[in-house]
Amino acid sequence: MNFGFNEEQELLRSTARKFFDNECASVTVRKLMDGPEGMTPDLWKKIAEQGWTGLIFADEHGGMGLGFVDLVVLMEEMGRAVVPGPFFSTVLLGGLAVREAGTDAQKKAWLPKITSGEARATLAWMEPSADLGARGITLQATAKGAGFTLNGTKLFVHDAHTADVIVVAARTSSGQNPPAGGQNPEDGVSLFLVPKGTPGLSVTLLPTMDQTRKLCEVGLKDVALGAEALMGQAGSGWAPLARVIDRATVALCAEMCGGAQKVLEMTVEYAKIRQAFGRPIGSYQGVKHKAADMLVDVENSKSITYYAAWAMDEGVPEGQLAVSMAKAYVSDAYRRVSGLGIQLHGGIGFTWEHDLHLYFKRAKGSEFTFGDATWHRERVAQLVNL
Amino acid sequence: MDFALTPEQTSFREEVRSWLAKNLPKDWSDRMRVGSDVPRPEVYDFLRTWQRKMYEAGFMGLTWPKDYGGRGLTFMEEMILQEQIALAKAPPVLNILAIGMAGPTIMAYGTEEQKRRYPAKMLSCEEIWCQGYSEPNSGSDLASLQTRAEKVGDHYVVNGQKVWTSIAHQADWMMLLARTDGKAEKHKGITYFLLDMHSPGVTVKPLKQLTGDDEFNEVYFDNVKVPEANILGGLNNGWAVGMTTLMYERLALGFGLQVRLRIALDGLVDLAKRTKKNGAPATQDPNVRQKLAQMWIDTEVFKYTGARAITKLLKGELPGPEASAGKMMWVEGHQRLQELAMEIQGPYSQLGRGSRWAVDGGVWQYSFLRSRANSIEGGTTEIQKNIIGERVLGLPKG
Ligand SMILES: Cc1cc2nc3c(=O)[nH]c(=O)nc-3n(C[C@H](O)[C@H](O)[C@H](O)COP(=O)(O)OP(=O)(O)OC[C@H]3O[C@@H](n4cnc5c(N)ncnc54)[C@H](O)[C@@H]3O)c2cc1C
Ligand SMILES: Cc1cc2nc3c(=O)[nH]c(=O)nc-3n(C[C@H](O)[C@H](O)[C@H](O)COP(=O)(O)OP(=O)(O)OC[C@H]3O[C@@H](n4cnc5c(N)ncnc54)[C@H](O)[C@@H]3O)c2cc1C
Repeated sequence: MNFGFNEEQELLRSTARKFFDNECASVTVRKLMDGPEGMTPDLWKKIAEQGWTGLIFADEHGGMGLGFVDLVVLMEEMGRAVVPGPFFSTVLLGGLAVREAGTDAQKKAWLPKITSGEARATLAWMEPSADLGARGITLQATAKGAGFTLNGTKLFVHDAHTADVIVVAARTSSGQNPPAGGQNPEDGVSLFLVPKGTPGLSVTLLPTMDQTRKLCEVGLKDVALGAEALMGQAGSGWAPLARVIDRATVALCAEMCGGAQKVLEMTVEYAKIRQAFGRPIGSYQGVKHKAADMLVDVENSKSITYYAAWAMDEGVPEGQLAVSMAKAYVSDAYRRVSGLGIQLHGGIGFTWEHDLHLYFKRAKGSEFTFGDATWHRERVAQLVNL
Repeated sequence: MDFALTPEQTSFREEVRSWLAKNLPKDWSDRMRVGSDVPRPEVYDFLRTWQRKMYEAGFMGLTWPKDYGGRGLTFMEEMILQEQIALAKAPPVLNILAIGMAGPTIMAYGTEEQKRRYPAKMLSCEEIWCQGYSEPNSGSDLASLQTRAEKVGDHYVVNGQKVWTSIAHQADWMMLLARTDGKAEKHKGITYFLLDMHSPGVTVKPLKQLTGDDEFNEVYFDNVKVPEANILGGLNNGWAVGMTTLMYERLALGFGLQVRLRIALDGLVDLAKRTKKNGAPATQDPNVRQKLAQMWIDTEVFKYTGARAITKLLKGELPGPEASAGKMMWVEGHQRLQELAMEIQGPYSQLGRGSRWAVDGGVWQYSFLRSRANSIEGGTTEIQKNIIGERVLGLPKG
């Protein structure tokens, strides 16, 4: 057993830390979040040049062929810097969906462009019902000739407004829609590649609480697609989609860990210098004990996230359980840590000028992305046969 | 990152598994269904025999050097062993203070003679140890202790009193902290002694705990003679030696407690499945389900945070923040688990041992009550938080 990072991973960590310190300091983050794109072409190019957009993809597609444990290191650093922009959507949603569900031709067409930073991608799966299960996918794909016509609305779609291609989950089953009782809702889900500019495709940017995270509504009105848009077998898209979501969840947890770690550090530094009643506030146990609680939350979040990443790489049977344990734990922990961070900063923690709110909002948004703690605890309960 | 076992480790695991299957008394888990229980007086004799059996099979002191009665293996084997013990719901180790604290401290600070004399007998349970730190006016503020040891010839003569001394009434030896220099600063005048509990002048008076058991004691010293050779780690160096012991305590806690928590959780899930709430098993109550799932998650999290600390140890580094988090997590988790056990039983949680209506013979009530000590024994939660705040996070002292 070796439950730590190796030298290459430590090197990746220090490289990434330096990179984001230089290229994505909080002034930059604030500029990026104010703009609609959430990213500049220049910074995106630099990120791609580091090889990070290709980190988890095979070398035949221009990637580095590394695993989730490596990715965790990078995601932690991104979370630490609250990096805005389409990395998550391109790599962990759209890119991973192509890898998990795409045909060889689709992989050849899109993955090299994704790894090189030339193309951005995303995944549209949730709908206004906000249902996280397969049942939630009701967007209709009707077979028409060799192709399909798609109609419906997707919500909470990351960075769709800047994506070159959107992977859309739709229902192709001939049965009832939504599926009737007795019918497995996982059957009949199909994934489609919908390139930017396809007639009938509309994208609306939604105002979000966490402005570093751009979410969109995606409308599909009589969107006609050829057979080449279908990813893999018709009707069997749920399994790869679920794999993508699980993996993206682990990456999100890592991002949350990095953010929580940074909040803890900022708070401890502040508590050492801020004086009240003639003493640094960190010398008061009311403050010190909260900092200790934050540390426990942060360390535990890392432990369970690292385990989940390892489980993804190894494909162990408890993979789903590991993902849900991580998301449940980290969702609560990041919320607690970022809330305490504001509290221990007093009035200054409540200002726009201070960075804490960036983390606090990330924590809240991430909590509800891919299922909150309650949802994942229920999944744990099911998986361990409670 | 790698959780896989080597072929040697796998075969060690099989060795442990099959030994436990063959040797674990069948009635044990019925007798003590709730694995997190500390050993109760009525099972001491059984536990003594059990530890001896484990020792003879080669399963005690896995990480201790061969020269001192151990097996010279790594923490990895220890972890495998603990896991199998948990899975088999086997009994806890009786001589835990010796194995978790006294032994490692003696091996770190002892003379060659001391290292050959004491550790092996700890493993075989031939000699039981207790920890004589706390005094009526010195608990959290340990360095304020007043028990004195004065040099007379080649002996020290001890006078004073200890309190809350677990298992002292069964113990053969004590890790004793006593003041040897009244004029020195409070941390500097303390010496660590290995004290024979059978010496004349030692009086042990059991204290009844809120559980109704007497597990800890008052210990009085009336001119007790301790040979100079029984000083551990040098005269007036007791603070450093004693702190080492506490560090091992925390480490041992991290190791063993995750296992006990796992056993307790299995028991709790089993209880919830057997208990009806609104006409269905309590596990189907959404509120109970949420809490049980959170317990499950926390228990696993505890394990992986422990694994990170152990990885550092295996690499020869000192455990970092992960280790100091261990004790707090255990306390918080275990107390919550016991509260949940009460909640699941509802009105039945009021009934204890002796009632034919008591669930599982009242064993949950006992461990619920016992769990209140968790946040006090081995350093209170407040003190743990101070340590994390000051030593790990570097915040200023109050
Ligand atoms: C929305 C908002 C509106 C406000 N409006 C007004 C207003 O109209 N007029 C006005 O005068 N003020 C106003 N305030 C200021 C407010 O009263 C102060 O922010 C508050 O008293 C805390 O002081 P501080 O910000 O200097 O934090 P600090 O005093 O620096 O405290 C920082 C942290 O240390 C903790 N701490 C400090 N001392 C101790 C101690 N001895 N023991 C334990 N913990 C300690 C605090 O609880 C806090 O968590 C406002 C604040 C906010 C957020
Ligand atoms: C079941 C059990 C078994 C035990 N076994 C042993 C044993 O075998 N050997 C042994 O030597 N001791 C043993 N102890 C004693 C234990 O180590 C002490 O009880 C513990 O260290 C607390 O000391 P105290 O009881 O004097 O409480 P105090 O130190 O008086 O503390 C009272 C309260 O004040 C708080 N407090 C004290 N100082 C601070 C501070 N600086 N900051 C914030 N809060 C503070 C504490 O956290 C606590 O809540 C045992 C205790 C129990 C309950």
